[in-house]
Amino acid sequence: MSKKTLIVIGNGMVGHHFLEQLVETPAAADFDIKVFGEEKLLAYDRVHLSEYFGGSTHADLAMGTADWYAENHIDLRLGEQVTGIDRANQTITTPMGDYAYDELVLATGSYPFVPPIKGNEHPHCLVYRTLEDLDSIRASADGVKTGVVVGGGLLGLEAANALKSLGLDAHVVEFAPRLMPVQLDSDGGALLKHKIEELGVQVHTEKATTEIVEGEEARLRMNFSDDTHLETDLIVFSAGIRPQDALARSSELAMGERGGIVINDQCTTSDPHIHAIGECALWSEKIFGLVAPGYTMARTLASVLNGDTEAAFTGADMSTKLKLLGVDVGSIGDAHAQTPGARNIRFNDEQAGHYRRMVISEDGKTLLGAILVGDNSHYDTLLQYALNGIELPENPETLILPESQGGAPALGPDALPETASICSCHNVSKGDICGVIDAGCTDLAGVKAETKASTGCGGCAALLKNVVDSELEKRGVEVSKDICEHFPYSRQDLFNIVKVNGIRTFRTLIRDHGKGHGCDICKPAVASILATCWNEHILATDHVPLQDTNDTFMANMQKNGTYSIVPRVPGGEITPDKLIVLGEVAKEYNLYTKITGGQRVDLFGATLSELPEIWEKLIAAGFETGHAYGKSLRTVKSCVGSTWCRYGVQDSVGMAIFLENRYKGLRSPHKLKMAVSGCTRECAEAQSKDIGVIATENGWNLYVCGNGGMRPRHADLFATDLSDEELISAIDRVLMFYVRTADRLQRTSVWMENLEGGLEYLKQVVLEDSLGIGEELEKHMADLVDTYQCEWKTAVEDPEKRKRFREFVNAPSKKDPVQQWTTERDQRRPLLEEEPA
Amino acid sequence: MKARTSWDVVCTVDDLVPESGVAVWTEDGPVAVFYLPHRLPALFAVSHTDPFTGKNVLARGITGDLKGQPVVASPLYKQHFNLQTGQCLEDEEVAVKTYPVLLDGNNVRVEIPATNKESAVA
Ligand code: SRM
Ligand SMILES: Cc1cc2nc3c(=O)[nH]c(=O)nc-3n(C[C@H](O)[C@H](O)[C@H](O)COP(=O)(O)OP(=O)(O)OC[C@H]3O[C@@H](n4cnc5c(N)ncnc54)[C@H](O)[C@@H]3O)c2cc1C
Ligand code: SF4
Ligand code: FES
Repeated sequence: MSKKTLIVIGNGMVGHHFLEQLVETPAAADFDIKVFGEEKLLAYDRVHLSEYFGGSTHADLAMGTADWYAENHIDLRLGEQVTGIDRANQTITTPMGDYAYDELVLATGSYPFVPPIKGNEHPHCLVYRTLEDLDSIRASADGVKTGVVVGGGLLGLEAANALKSLGLDAHVVEFAPRLMPVQLDSDGGALLKHKIEELGVQVHTEKATTEIVEGEEARLRMNFSDDTHLETDLIVFSAGIRPQDALARSSELAMGERGGIVINDQCTTSDPHIHAIGECALWSEKIFGLVAPGYTMARTLASVLNGDTEAAFTGADMSTKLKLLGVDVGSIGDAHAQTPGARNIRFNDEQAGHYRRMVISEDGKTLLGAILVGDNSHYDTLLQYALNGIELPENPETLILPESQGGAPALGPDALPETASICSCHNVSKGDICGVIDAGCTDLAGVKAETKASTGCGGCAALLKNVVDSELEKRGVEVSKDICEHFPYSRQDLFNIVKVNGIRTFRTLIRDHGKGHGCDICKPAVASILATCWNEHILATDHVPLQDTNDTFMANMQKNGTYSIVPRVPGGEITPDKLIVLGEVAKEYNLYTKITGGQRVDLFGATLSELPEIWEKLIAAGFETGHAYGKSLRTVKSCVGSTWCRYGVQDSVGMAIFLENRYKGLRSPHKLKMAVSGCTRECAEAQSKDIGVIATENGWNLYVCGNGGMRPRHADLFATDLSDEELISAIDRVLMFYVRTADRLQRTSVWMENLEGGLEYLKQVVLEDSLGIGEELEKHMADLVDTYQCEWKTAVEDPEKRKRFREFVNAPSKKDPVQQWTTERDQRRPLLEEEPA
Repeated sequence: MKARTSWDVVCTVDDLVPESGVAVWTEDGPVAVFYLPHRLPALFAVSHTDPFTGKNVLARGITGDLKGQPVVASPLYKQHFNLQTGQCLEDEEVAVKTYPVLLDGNNVRVEIPATNKESAVA
């Protein structure tokens, strides 16, 4: 059977999601798939569009990769706009030619509505929808003072924030009497206006613009119908969106009265071979301007094309939870009480700046809608009541009262039915979560990986964590954070106990706060905590027995019981003289040498008793321990940077050496790796490190919580264009917060994935100092930097410590007879078990 | 016939490391001596050879207790061995050899079975 051709018009969020779903089904094999995208860039996350101004690139926002399309044999044609559909012949037309289809999917999204105001064609009148739009806004904002957004809805306020972030005086001009007229009522809108003005964005409501003319002090002048005016250098129109339905209209598909391509529950249009999904589609007279409903349509259509006759789109919830310019706003269901008989309960605390409104059914039993401004902490609970029709408590007002005034606690995850939607971006219900837990998932990170929950907008993170914890607990899985049988505490608890009580030894800690004698789980963890708090030598008598063998002997044990030696080579920069010393020492002790993946040299095959002798020689030549054995900083990889490289914009080697010297020796829950690249070409691979730094024209961009290794994770962009001082302060805080709060053996990547509130929360703690501990974290780091010592130097100088490095305490010259050797490629290596001696 | 044994001096108290182990060479091969001063008895001696890899490393493992039993964790692949009985906690078919050990003044003595001694000599 020859394959049929499936054409998708539009490579936006929904179009891409549709393809992701389709390739998972057997039906994918029946089709040759072609995709046409008018934008030149591969589908990207429009929801997070504004992050582009924060330094994210198209690559950061991209939803897939060109490789993914190639691997799935999808013919992706970007920058090729479809200009016509010939339904009779089943072809489409582009400037490049005609293409035949068997099935056609319209995923053309929507376009920004620009009100018909005289003068709106001026070059500094812009819109806010695509990356190209953002480039235009950035160019227009360069060197000017003022920017106006027309439209005080959700997107308008986001655009205003963007203008502010570009350094402009930002104004919002709204036609309606309040902000966010669709989602909020007048009290909510008034409070939001007040808060936003406090943040420095000027809001002008009830203003109708009559014309845009040349300005006197700025580029433009907006004249309003009340004879007032406003001067500005640029205008961003954000006055609503309109479905991008021109193709459908000209090919005479059934259309809605006010636009939109009419679809049925199967996402099929009036032509059985043409389907529409996302913001261009009109279902039951409704356009959905959010991404989650579009994704649901995409899933539905993929199932339909796969022959699933039951698949149906049945509408979507339009509730929204946002942080606009840092102000919480939530709107749920029938926020305007349009249901007949609906009643309202309002709570308005002008002092605190919190407004909450519940819309409840006539019988008082169900929640129909809600509005929240200033504090979204009640959102999850209210949303679950509304979505699942859970019966309200007898005094429903307790749901929005502060707890001090008799407010009810949040709805426990137990009270949610199996069908309760936890993550609407990825359509994950409580039942789905129970399913993966029953199939063997035992932690939050696992559930996220399996279900994708909380990997979209992230709004469901807190709720997801509650559900997962409660379900694990129910199944008797120990959600117990106890580190082991000796301490009824998590690593974080132990850290606090040690710090607050000034405990300096494991004995004291276990005597006063634990039981038994400890084990190989708690001892190294406590050793690491003690080191972070007091920074005593790890071979101090009290600490020796706590360490893993690698830490005890400050070298990594190899498979035959010998050790490796890794001197620190900060930033990977090394003098010829030092290289020669490495060579000489290796030769003298017959050590196998290898360049590591961390830009330094590893010397393998030293016996226990040789270690101090070798280190004595290395230290004399100016080397220090490289902590290759410790849960601590490994290397700070660098690229050659502006000193030599013709593209470099900062001295990446210098910064890498500085960072390596600053953080060397810091004991942490797991090892730490960093890298510094001199420009965006990123030769140091900084985005795969716990801490990644990339030079920009204006300073440094900081990335955090990347990981190579077993489960690679791309680092998250954390802050941009930092000065040297800002960079160090941010890294100090991130590291110290990690060291204090992570679990044992938890890399920063997993820590971040389990951190409630995720990246945003970490930014608040570090960049906005929301917990007020910023200074303390920096001070703690400064103390550790000041008390650094090279452990090997201290050890070789102390005869008592050197005593530890005897293979056999009663036979110093005895060689371990099980260590047998052979030669390969001119170097000595252990004889393998299967090889003859 | 009762096997002959001998109590060999393997090291002194000063050689021991509290809460940890040291390796000694005996006529029965390498032996790990552990000194856990906070329990009774405080001295343990087991073979230094990790039965899973055949490498001489057990004295360099972390000591502790699991469910009340004194244990050492192999530094290579982290299996636990009961210091009193030699039993591996993860695999009931595996055990390490144990030796009686005692403190005689300043000397640490380990009892080496004579049969092994003879075979070692032979
Ligand atoms: C020597 C080296 C391989 C080489 O020949 O290049 C190496 C060798 C070892 N790695 Fe590695 N890793 C080495 C670079 C890396 C890198 C690449 C890098 O750092 O740029 C990675 C991936 C990056 C990352 O960590 O995100 C890497 C990911 C791992 C992992 C997986 C960590 C994870 O989060 O998934 C382990 C296992 C672990 O730590 O639990 C590991 C563990 C080990 C151990 C410690 C395994 C062990 O317990 O014996 C090896 C000890 C070597 C030794 O005795 O010195 N090694 N290892 C590299 C030493 C770099 C250095 O100069 O310090
Ligand atoms: C700044 C901003 C913030 C947002 N925030 C949120 C949010 O917080 N939460 C939320 O749920 N939603 C949010 N949205 C809305 C969300 O981005 C959209 O719902 C979503 O992108 C819709 O996906 P889509 O695929 O239908 O349309 P799009 O992503 O717009 O994709 C349509 C694509 O089709 C292409 N196209 C159109 N016509 C043609 C043609 N003739 N030939 C070829 N290609 C064509 C277009 O160029 C476009 O690339 C936001 C949108 C913006 C702009
Ligand atoms: S990849 Fe595996 S084998 Fe290679 S060095 Fe790392 S841990 Fe060892
Ligand atoms: S609701 Fe958006 S990620 Fe879960």
